[in-house]
Parts: sequence; structure tokens; C-alpha cells
Amino acid sequence: MVVQHNQPGSTDQSLIRNFCIIAHIDHGKSTVADRILQLSGIVPEREMRDRFLDRMDIEQERGITIKSQAVRVPWTFDGTEYTLGMIDTPGHVDFTYEVSRALAACEGAVLLVDSTQGIEAQTLSNLYMAMDHDLTIIPVLNKIDLPSAEPDKHAEEIAGLIGCEPNEVLRVSGKTGEGVADLLDQIVMDVPAPKGNPDTQARALIFDSVYDSYRGIVTYIRMVDGELRSREKLHMMGIGMTHDPIEIGVISPDMTPTKALGAGEVGYVITGAKDVSQSKVGDTITSAAKPATEPLPGYRDPKPMVYAGLFPIDNAQFPELRDALDKLKLNDAALIYTPETSVALGFGFRCGFLGLLHMEIVNERLSREFGLDLIQTAPNVTYDVTAEDGSEVHVTNPSEFPDGKIKNIVEPMVAADIITPKEFIGAVMDLCQEHRGIMGTMEYISTDRVEMHYRIPLAEIVFDFFDALKSRTKGYASLDYHEDGEQSADLVKVDILIQGEKVDAFSAIVHRDKAYSYGVMMTKKLRELIPRQQFEIPIQAAIGSRIIARENIRALRKDVLAKCYGGDITRKRKLLEKQKAGKKRMKMLGHVEVPQEAFIAALSTGDDSANDRDTKDKIRAAQKTEG
Amino acid sequence: MYEVYVHVPFCLRRCGYCDFNTYTAVDLGGGASRGNYATMVIREMRLARDWQLAHGIDEPAVSTVFFGGGTPTILPAGDLVAMLNAIREIWGINPGAEITTEANPDTVDADYIRQLADGGFTRISFGMQSAVPHVLSTLDRTHTPANVEAGVRAADAAGLASSVDLIYGAPGESLDDWRTSVSTAIDLGVNHISAYALTVEPTTKMGRQIAAGILPKPDDDDEAAKYEIADELLSEAGLTWYEVSNWARPGYESRHNLGYWRNVDWAGLGPGAYSHYNAVVDARVTANAIDDTIDGCNALQPHPQTTGLRAWDIAHPRMWGLNIQKGEMPWAGSETISRNEDLEERLMLALRIRDGLDIHALEAQSDVRIDTAALHRMADEGLIDCITDETGISRIVATRRGRLLNDLLIERFFELLDL
Repeated sequence: MVVQHNQPGSTDQSLIRNFCIIAHIDHGKSTVADRILQLSGIVPEREMRDRFLDRMDIEQERGITIKSQAVRVPWTFDGTEYTLGMIDTPGHVDFTYEVSRALAACEGAVLLVDSTQGIEAQTLSNLYMAMDHDLTIIPVLNKIDLPSAEPDKHAEEIAGLIGCEPNEVLRVSGKTGEGVADLLDQIVMDVPAPKGNPDTQARALIFDSVYDSYRGIVTYIRMVDGELRSREKLHMMGIGMTHDPIEIGVISPDMTPTKALGAGEVGYVITGAKDVSQSKVGDTITSAAKPATEPLPGYRDPKPMVYAGLFPIDNAQFPELRDALDKLKLNDAALIYTPETSVALGFGFRCGFLGLLHMEIVNERLSREFGLDLIQTAPNVTYDVTAEDGSEVHVTNPSEFPDGKIKNIVEPMVAADIITPKEFIGAVMDLCQEHRGIMGTMEYISTDRVEMHYRIPLAEIVFDFFDALKSRTKGYASLDYHEDGEQSADLVKVDILIQGEKVDAFSAIVHRDKAYSYGVMMTKKLRELIPRQQFEIPIQAAIGSRIIARENIRALRKDVLAKCYGGDITRKRKLLEKQKAGKKRMKMLGHVEVPQEAFIAALSTGDDSANDRDTKDKIRAAQKTEG
Repeated sequence: MYEVYVHVPFCLRRCGYCDFNTYTAVDLGGGASRGNYATMVIREMRLARDWQLAHGIDEPAVSTVFFGGGTPTILPAGDLVAMLNAIREIWGINPGAEITTEANPDTVDADYIRQLADGGFTRISFGMQSAVPHVLSTLDRTHTPANVEAGVRAADAAGLASSVDLIYGAPGESLDDWRTSVSTAIDLGVNHISAYALTVEPTTKMGRQIAAGILPKPDDDDEAAKYEIADELLSEAGLTWYEVSNWARPGYESRHNLGYWRNVDWAGLGPGAYSHYNAVVDARVTANAIDDTIDGCNALQPHPQTTGLRAWDIAHPRMWGLNIQKGEMPWAGSETISRNEDLEERLMLALRIRDGLDIHALEAQSDVRIDTAALHRMADEGLIDCITDETGISRIVATRRGRLLNDLLIERFFELLDL
């Protein structure tokens, strides 16, 4: 372990460099970050764990970083010890909001690009955001050790984007460590030192907070002005609460308590608060004794773009689901939720997410970290619906869609930027067209890659757009999107009826042209998934009172065991006992027993292949009745 | 009531649909060769009798004996008779007892059947399966329809009652094929016919062929239609159903099999055979000694109480034989049957047979008052017939629909009794 001279609370701002790393998923950010920790000497070789910064299992498995972490790293340059604050940032489009929080805590950003792949659409949008925050950008090409690396080509691409010379783009390998020391030197040279006022009242920005089951809420802060001391009462300016700090400290690379944190430093505070609402990201912390008068500029609250219902399979787990959401909300301001009741699924929450990945991650964290067994309804966006009588409804759930005649429906639009190799331009155009996209401009960012701009309804993107884009471009295209107003559209609500009873969980708001395929596929899926019962079960799809698709589950005629002698008796009894347990997982819809698995499978997207002949015929027939 | 079942785990060849415990090798080791088999079973009888006495069970004379398989008639008739004689010597056999063996139509001849009759057998059950050659071949059966006829005539001549077993729902069997099989069986003039839906286990050759798409999967609707055909044709011929898969002229029901459905005591001998006892002293201890995974509680009960017990023999003949040679009961495991489990079993078995369910006995055993309205609803759905006396509904019997939807019916009664 190296001896550090710069101690928290007494490090001159001129020796501090705070930076983040902007990179796309899989471009090697965590490997480079690990290498930085190792070179700095704060992580002994034997303790070096792959991807030290990504603490959550999900992140490790998916190779993406969801939650930022902030590590204090010593680095000696030209005989002087500097203190680097490395703030990790998420790489996915859904977490733009978290990126912007991390950016606000730094003066510089390392733009890390995979030299085998080149820059991706989401990286580009984060790069522009960093430039908007006036951060110093240090361009870096990673993975130069790979045989397929094309550093010259991509250096040119990056130089064109940020306005530097291609030879100014650093080249590193996180895997071998090559060039990483040069990168740290470059950070010391280029990234400006913080410029807060160390001698005034303390102000610190909360840029993240996480819930730790042993320690309670851990709040990450960036000191801007003044100093906070460990025994000092803290005041949260936004929510107006005062806390006794249990501990303040820095992460280097584990949580290390310190006596103080001074201007420009990045660290953490533990107040012992267990309640989520007591630590709001974006709030300003000051000293309770000598409070600052003005808070720091906070963050804009993110707006959820995608909604879905989350229901515990076992309704008794509803309170646990509420607690789990409360805890996630703590460091995920973007997650919103309100209780919801479904006839089919019982009690749950309607949740708002920034995007599909955000939704998936929340689902996975709920199941993995909180052990919850959940059903998620199909995702939808929000609509503003005007009925013929002039009344207006903001619809976040298909069940809120008004019955009766509709005058106008307004749906949210996004501006989508897609970067793709030029040979897939045609494929991307087809896909966007199928999803009601309007093409804007298209630019070549290098000789063989283009950036295409589309305006597309968000609803079209939330289903399977991203997967389709990836599969049609052999994985090469990347997508970024941001809100871009709204438009009126010819949308309808399709209901699914089982034995004449509407099943709210399956209702969907879709474009009229797609209503038939949704209806046909959903009814077919359910026919496969619902076990036969002693009566016939019609399954219908309807727009209002008009049936657009119908399937029948024939009545069950036989379930008897043919032979029941000696040993069959005990086997049969055990089988019946098992069935009895299975029945507890059945939902009764009217007289129809529907297994939970049917809901889960019917609501899962992805394998909706409309390619078999029967499906195509039925969709065509449904469209014909429309005339 | 006390019955004895003897399993004979040998076959000349294995049929593609069969998942029974049976082997085609002549010598399986551990003393369990075909030649030595009767001797081994007789040794197991003595061990079983000792075990019974040690657990407070002094069974009455045996009222039925059943030799099943496998193919019992693969053994010399003398071996079957020797085993029967041993039963007589060890437990005694009631006068008028029913003594049955299963037979493959191509392993018996008139002489063999005569020897069985002379040795005390009263009944023979032929595995006819089908009268249609392409169906027999799908089922891997080697006999011909003519073999069956010859067997039945020989049994008639020897004074044995005969029964034939049929299987419906084999891949490729048409409704007409099935009608042919049922009519042919009826025309044999037998007094008892069993008809089983083909049940394909995934581990069998046929199961693998179906999984691989080589053979079509049996279809429940097709089997339901065939069940209805069988029930119609057999009833018209004077054979009435007395269990889901069994029809007989009055007085010719299989008393042995009825014993299973009426939950009597039986000793099962031979590899993989099951035994069942209603009242065993220290059954819990016995059960634990054999299989301590059954119940964590190992405490000796201060006052011996009796419990229901089901035990099963080691399936592989070699290990089974080695245990017998060591003088140990060759059991692979056992379970004590709790009060609720006993109730569940009685219920599900009674719903299979024409005796039906005795409502008063059920109420007495379960301490639950049966909701008459629920019974009427089931009757309205066509699942049961209610038989009433001066006390109200005294008995219910499954209708044809209730027999086909027997699981549904059982489930309804489980709900009624809160099981």
C-alpha cells in the first residue's frame, strides 16, 4: 500500500482532479477503472477483484454499471501527489439522468471508446452532455491490444466529433494496462482543479445515495465550498432537515472514515437515517451551525417515459414490494410508483421508468435483492386522450382509457439517433418505417458509418424496437433517443376477453394498424397457455364492443388416470397433493382458472413471431372485417 | 380382508410402451434368476409373515392372490403353483378364494393352463391389448388375435374364469380399429374385460419416439371418445363397469383389484411390489428404520398405536435378492399414512368404483359435514349420480363423465373436505 500524503479534509484544491468516464456498455470502462485503482496502489494486487467498482451482481453479470461510485485515487505526477476523484457513470441511454448527476460533480470526463467498434449513439449523447457542462474531455481509445482494433480510423472519428487532432486521442488497453499511466498523467495535466471557495460556509452536492442494509443510507457528496467536519450537525437545504452525522469519509477503495471533507473533495456521509425521503439526490448539504444561504443548483427531476404494472405473484408480498420500491427509489429518483389494483393480478404498483432497460433493471433488482416474485404487465407510454364530450384524460394505464367515442389521442414522440454501418441503412429505414418513424437527416460520421435521425412514437420503441434494430444490423447499430414533443395518432385500445370477461392486465393501447396482429397473437398465445377446463372457453380480442379475433379452448373431456393399482395409489395421491399446491397459484377469472405462468408468458414480449400461416391468415381476416 | 400380490419381473421382450419393473435377462444375479425365482419369493413370504407378527398384524387367511408382471407365465406352471402352495402354508387360503395370474397369450398353452387349474388357480387374465395387427405391432406385442382365442378356450376347458386386457389410444389406432378390438373381446365370451388408455411415460421407448416426433402423441379427446365407445359396447353386451377401466358380468368382478380400491391390507412380494397395511404397531419406527427421510420424528411412542403403512420392495431383482439372502425384508422404502392421507386415498379410490362414495362414512371419518348443495351442483354438471335413502344422499357414484373427469371430481371433494 502506498503512503498517501494528501489527507481528506486537508487537501488543497489545486491538487484535486475530479473526473468521470463516459463509455458505452462493453467498451471496457470497468476494466480501465480497475487498472487505475491498481496503478495508484490503493488496491493490493492480491485483493484486486475484477471490476472493483461494479458492486452489484446484476452489473457484474451484464457488464454494465448502473449506479455510480466515487473513488479517491492518489496519483503522483512530476514529483507531486495529486488526489483524483473518479466518479463512475452508467453507460446506458436510460440512465442519462444519472450521467448528468455524475457530470455535475466533475471538472473533466474521459471519453472512452472501444477501438474495435468506434463511438456509439448513446456515448455521443453523453459526450454532448459533458460538453454542455463545460467539462474538459480527454479522448481515449481502449482495447488497442485486440487484433481487430482500428485505432487510426476511430481516432479520426473522435477528432472530428470533439474538434481535436487525431494524435491527441490517447490509446490504452485496460486489459494489459498499456497507456493507463499516461492517461492518469493527462488527467492531472488537463482536467481543471475545482474552483470552489474553501473559506466560506460549506456546500456539498448530493449526487447519489444508496441503501446499505447494515449502515442505512449512504449519501455520496461532492464538496463545492467550505468544509464539513465529522462531528458537525448537517443540514439538508432542500428538504430542510438536520442530522447528526454518524460518519463522513472517502472511498479508497473501501469506505474510510475521515475527520473532515474539504472544498473540491468527493466523499460520503452516513447520517443513520433509514427513511428514504431524508436523503434526496440533488439536494445541498451544509453545516447546521454555519449554514450557507443559497443551495447549489440541483437536478431536474427526470420524467418517466414508460409505465408498467408490477404485481407480486403472491399477493401477500404486497407490503414487501412497497418496501423494496421505497428502497430502490432512494438512489433512483427516476423510479416512480403508485398503488394499482387489477382484477386479474390483485394488488400491485403502476411504475414509471425512464426506459426499457431501466424497467428491466428494476425488475431484476426487485427479484434478486429483495427476493420478490413478480408479474409485470406489458409496458406502455402515457397518452392524452380527449373524449368527444371534450373531457380530457391523461392515461398512464390502458384501464384509464375512456370508453365511448374519442376525439383525439396524443402520444409522446422521441427523436431517435441511430448510428449504423452504411450497409444497414436500408434495414434501419425499413424498421423505422414499420414503427411509424419519420426520417430526418442522415450524416456520415466516417467513411463507412452514418448517423440517422428519426422522429418515432415512443410507444413504438418501448416494445421490441431495440432488439429488432440489433438483429437487423447484426448488432452493429446503436440507438439513442430523447423526448421530442408529441403527435396525434389513430390509436385504439384492444381488450382481451376470457369467457366474455375483460382481463385488464392484457389490455393494450396500440395503433389501429397493429390492433389486429396484437389481438390475434394474444388470443393464440392464451389458447396455448390456459389449460383446458370442463367447459369451452372463448378467448376474444375486441376494440370497444367489436370482436376482432377469437380463439376457443375446447372443453376438457378426460383427465382420469387409467390404472390405479398397488404403487399407483401413493403416486397418484402425491400427484393430487402437488396439483392442489399448484391450484393455489391459479387466478380465477370468472369461472376460468388461469395459471400465473400463463400471465407471465402472455405478457412477455420477444417471441411474438407473426410468421406462421395461421396467424397471418387470422390477421388478414380481422383486417378485412374492418373493411 | 387380506390379499397377496406376487410380482414376476421377467419378460421375453420389453414392449415399447411398458414402464413396469420388468427385465428380459434370464439371470439378474443376487439369486434372482428365473429358475430360482419362486424359491426367493417364498423366502420373502416368510420374512413378511415374521415382520407382520412383530408389528401386531395377524392377518386372516388370504382371500385373493394375484400374480402379475412382467409375465408370470414365463415361469413354469409348477413354480406358480409352488408359490401358491407356500402362501397356503404360511397364511392359509380362504375356501372360495380368487387366485389369478396374468398371462401373455403366446406363453401359455392348454397344458400349462390345466396345470394352473389343478394347482388351485381360478382365474386367468390375458394381455390381449388389441385385435388389430397394426396396433399390436405398434405396441410391440408378439401374439396374434388367434393366440388369445386359444388361451380363452383352454381356460374355459380347465374351468378357469378368464379376463382380457385391452389398450386404447395407441398411435395410429382409428376409432374403427378400437371398435373391432372391443367387439372381438366381447365375442370371446369372457366375463371380464379391462380397457386401459395408453399412458406413455417419457422414459419408455415409445415415450422417446413421441418426444422425437416419430410417433404422434396420444390425444385425450381421442381417448375420451374410445372410452365412451368401450363403455357403450360393453354395457350393451352385459358387462357393466365396476371401476373406471374395468367391466364385468355381475359376480365376475376382480375381487383382488376391488381390494385395492377398497383399501384393504395386502402383502406385495417380488421386486418393486407394494404392500399396504391399515393398522401397524410402531409403523413409524419401522418406517424410519427403512427410510428416515420420511419423517424427522424418531421418538418411540410410549403407548403403541397403530398407523397405516405402505412399503415398497427394492426394484432391482439383484439387490432385492441379496437382501432376502441376508434375511432382511427387501424393502426400498415405506411411508406411514396419516389420517388425512388415508382419507384422500379412500376418497380418490372410491370415486373410481361403482360402489361409489359412502357419504355417511366419509362424514364420520373426516368430521366434516358434506354440503348437500355442492353434491347437487356436481350432479347438475353431470359428474355424479346421487343415491338417496331416508337420511338424504347416502352415496354418490361417478357418471361416465365423472369417470372421465375423475381428477376434477377428486379435486372437488378435496375442496369440500378442505383437504
